[in-house]
Amino acid sequence: MVDFEPKIIGFLCNWCSYAGADLAGVSRLQYPANLRVVRVMCSGRVDPTFVFKALSQGADGVLIAGCHPGDCHYTEGNYNTLKRYPLMMQMLEQFGVERERVRMEWISAAEGTIYADVVREFTETIRQLGPYKRRLVKGRDQVG
Amino acid sequence: MAKLNLALYWAAACGGCDVAVLDVNEKILDIAAVANIVLWPVALDHKYADVAKMAPGSIDLCLFNGAIRNSENEQIARMLREKSQVLVAFGSCAISGGIPALANLKDRDDILRRVYLETPSTVNPDGVLPQTGCPTPVGDLHLPEFYDFVYSLDQVVEVDYYVPGCPPTPQRIWEVVQAVVSGNLPPRGATVGALDKSLCDECQRVKRDKKIKRFYRSHEIITDPELCLLEQGLLCMGPVTRGGCGTQCINANMPCRGCYGPLPGVTDQGAKYLSSIGAIMDARTPEEVDEIMQGIVDPAGTFYRFGMSTSLLKGAVKQ
Amino acid sequence: MASGKANDAVFGVEVPPTAKKLRELFYSAHFVHSHIAHFYALAAPDFVMGPDADPAERNILGVVGKVGLEIGGAVIKHRAYAQEIQAMLAGKATHPVWVLPGGVSKGMNREERSQVEEKARSCVEFARFSLQLFEDVVLKNKGYVDVILSDGYRLVTNYMGLVDDNNKVNFYDGRVRIVDTDGLEIGKYSPAEYLEYVSEHVESWSYLKFPYLKKIGWTGFNEGRGTGIYQAAPLARLNASDGMATPLAQEAYEKMYSTLGGKPVHAILAAHWARLVELLYASERLLELSRDEEITGDHIRNIPAGTPNEGVGIIEAPRGTLTHHYKTDERGLVTAVNLIVGTTNNHGPIYMAIKKAAMAIIKPGEEISQGLLNMVEMAFRSYDPCFSCATHTMFGEMPLQVVVYDAAGEPVKNLTRHVD
Ligand code: SF4
Ligand code: SF4
Ligand code: SF4
Ligand code: FES
Repeated sequence: MVDFEPKIIGFLCNWCSYAGADLAGVSRLQYPANLRVVRVMCSGRVDPTFVFKALSQGADGVLIAGCHPGDCHYTEGNYNTLKRYPLMMQMLEQFGVERERVRMEWISAAEGTIYADVVREFTETIRQLGPYKRRLVKGRDQVG
Repeated sequence: MAKLNLALYWAAACGGCDVAVLDVNEKILDIAAVANIVLWPVALDHKYADVAKMAPGSIDLCLFNGAIRNSENEQIARMLREKSQVLVAFGSCAISGGIPALANLKDRDDILRRVYLETPSTVNPDGVLPQTGCPTPVGDLHLPEFYDFVYSLDQVVEVDYYVPGCPPTPQRIWEVVQAVVSGNLPPRGATVGALDKSLCDECQRVKRDKKIKRFYRSHEIITDPELCLLEQGLLCMGPVTRGGCGTQCINANMPCRGCYGPLPGVTDQGAKYLSSIGAIMDARTPEEVDEIMQGIVDPAGTFYRFGMSTSLLKGAVKQ
Repeated sequence: MASGKANDAVFGVEVPPTAKKLRELFYSAHFVHSHIAHFYALAAPDFVMGPDADPAERNILGVVGKVGLEIGGAVIKHRAYAQEIQAMLAGKATHPVWVLPGGVSKGMNREERSQVEEKARSCVEFARFSLQLFEDVVLKNKGYVDVILSDGYRLVTNYMGLVDDNNKVNFYDGRVRIVDTDGLEIGKYSPAEYLEYVSEHVESWSYLKFPYLKKIGWTGFNEGRGTGIYQAAPLARLNASDGMATPLAQEAYEKMYSTLGGKPVHAILAAHWARLVELLYASERLLELSRDEEITGDHIRNIPAGTPNEGVGIIEAPRGTLTHHYKTDERGLVTAVNLIVGTTNNHGPIYMAIKKAAMAIIKPGEEISQGLLNMVEMAFRSYDPCFSCATHTMFGEMPLQVVVYDAAGEPVKNLTRHVD
């Protein structure tokens, strides 16, 4: 898989993780450009539908990042993330999606380095895994 | 008024949708009074020829049940599309794959191997598998091609209306026929014969605070007949399922399995349900979540019981 | 229901008596619905209208036209009764959701019980009426009886059916009894032993497999003594049993065998008669159970305690012995499934019966009429509404192609059926 450049979608919460990513950028930390960021107001807003849609439309990996438990701007949002994630992973495994493809992280506004590390590591993991092969619907591969 | 030409067809189906049509009981005579049934059901080649001879658009209403599992299903779907003014995806299988589409968690080879080679009652030393073309002394015998994937009807042809349910309740069937007879049809693409609100809205059970400490599988618990089943820990899909069935399963003390399909505006019923289930778990730590989740053993099969074909992920992949 | 019973076995859980009776009551109603539909919509047209009636009339509407709207109404009403009973208990008549490992999810109260009783009483009367109708229309017509007993509609095979401890027909529970071409018992098995008795053969020209008796082996599509082929469904059940467990059905059973010359009956068209005998049994059983004191009991479920692993459930589906076999992991998640469903049992016999009827009916040099072709289809229709739906819709359409070859193997005639 030498030529494979993973496409990763990152759903980052506005208040912590997006700010962390920002910090990583401002601090000129080096990390791969494979992660495309979607800013959401809270990690709790990341409905599993988003993750499935990303995968079904060509993503090879998905990162969900939010504030550390207890720090969510909307108090409960990231607890919802935390509760959904294991169930979502159980379900994704049934769909043949490797656990490593979908990752949940808590990254605060101050953790620019951690952000950069996570992106680097995650990109590498996905590169090792290879592309996510969607279940193709013959000749009519459009989804809602 | 001229009689309608009505067609009913079953593709990859269990027959339940056809039985549901019979369940309109004495109204079947009313249907026969307003409609010539030109097809119910059809099978094999010469019937195809008969329908093929009909002019495009000469069938006024076609109720198509069943999913698209093989090449024959697909050919007939295409033909009936051409011949029909109004093509209705009738029942969960036609709308979203239904029970047959659970097979999308496997693929063609898995299935053929299991059925014709591995099942313990099968004796097949030569490894014979059904073939699409099979020469015999008096000519070739043909079988439809078994697809790798179970499709919904609208993944194959354009569909005008959707009548959900596994099977749809008989009351709704009569409504649909009447709507066509009177020309009183909603905009194309609409779901007919169901509510725009959730099943919970229709459900009479007492709802209190949804905070789940433990999920149960239905054989593990004897539930209170008055209280919301989800609050008692059963995976009831009422919150993400269209109402309209009259809470049939709930009336039998069993949770809704989602056969009336997703609410308007929802792309993926299973993902939506996953989302709501997450929110009502009474947990703060991953350990607590694990504990609560013990009662959820098959989320893919449970949350997409009727909707695998049209789910975002479509089915399992082999990486 | 079969999957429910397989699940009882997987979880090793006993079903309380009330739940067992409720399941059987439900299931009797299911038979009533199915047998009424099969007989009146799919079989009656041939007999009431006659095999060579105009195809446009040879359908249920034609039957209603001939026997009267009143009877048509009674057909619809009793089928609806049966569906209502199922829906009341199990949420839905089609795809009931109420059978759980260890019992059922909902009981029946006294009010419901008396509703069922009333409907059941009416069904018994209707079943008797149906047998009378069969007698008047078919049995009193020597032409029909000759057809039924003719060689073209005779298929000599083994037979299979579920029986109770007294070898009486049972739809819900018991052991599967197999009798040979002479009607002698050659095997009797409980669900868990099915693999010792039944095997399935694969042909490249069909997606459906061909079951046969394992101890005899696959003998090809051959009838007669020594064949491994067996049949299931109404006639087979009666052939494989020593009688019916309810009094009126038992009378009807005896009458059928005395009229047709004793057991076993190999005349496949007698399946329609057997179906009506079963309709009467199912109705009587429905009535009996609705009068059973225990049926309104509260104890309808045992929560499984053991670790699930493997189980087989067998019931009689209207179309034949239905076997479900599951293997699961320790959480009860299915890891392997094997099913042998009603009509599959008759898959080989159906081909054989059609071939035989065609060879007997189509004679060299004789013009082949629609009536003759319909008589070929009748062989098919005696087996399965699912298949016979496909071969005999309301309008007598039939996707059948008959190609007649001359002695040199050249096709001389290629006839298909048309609606018009
Ligand atoms: S929707 Fe349900 S009832 Fe209809 S064909 Fe599919 S499985 Fe059967
Ligand atoms: S979750 Fe189920 S039981 Fe509860 S209110 Fe909704 S439909 Fe009714
Ligand atoms: S309760 Fe749910 S699963 Fe049952 S019939 Fe209604 S919509 Fe379908
Ligand atoms: S605001 Fe950051 S996770 Fe909720």
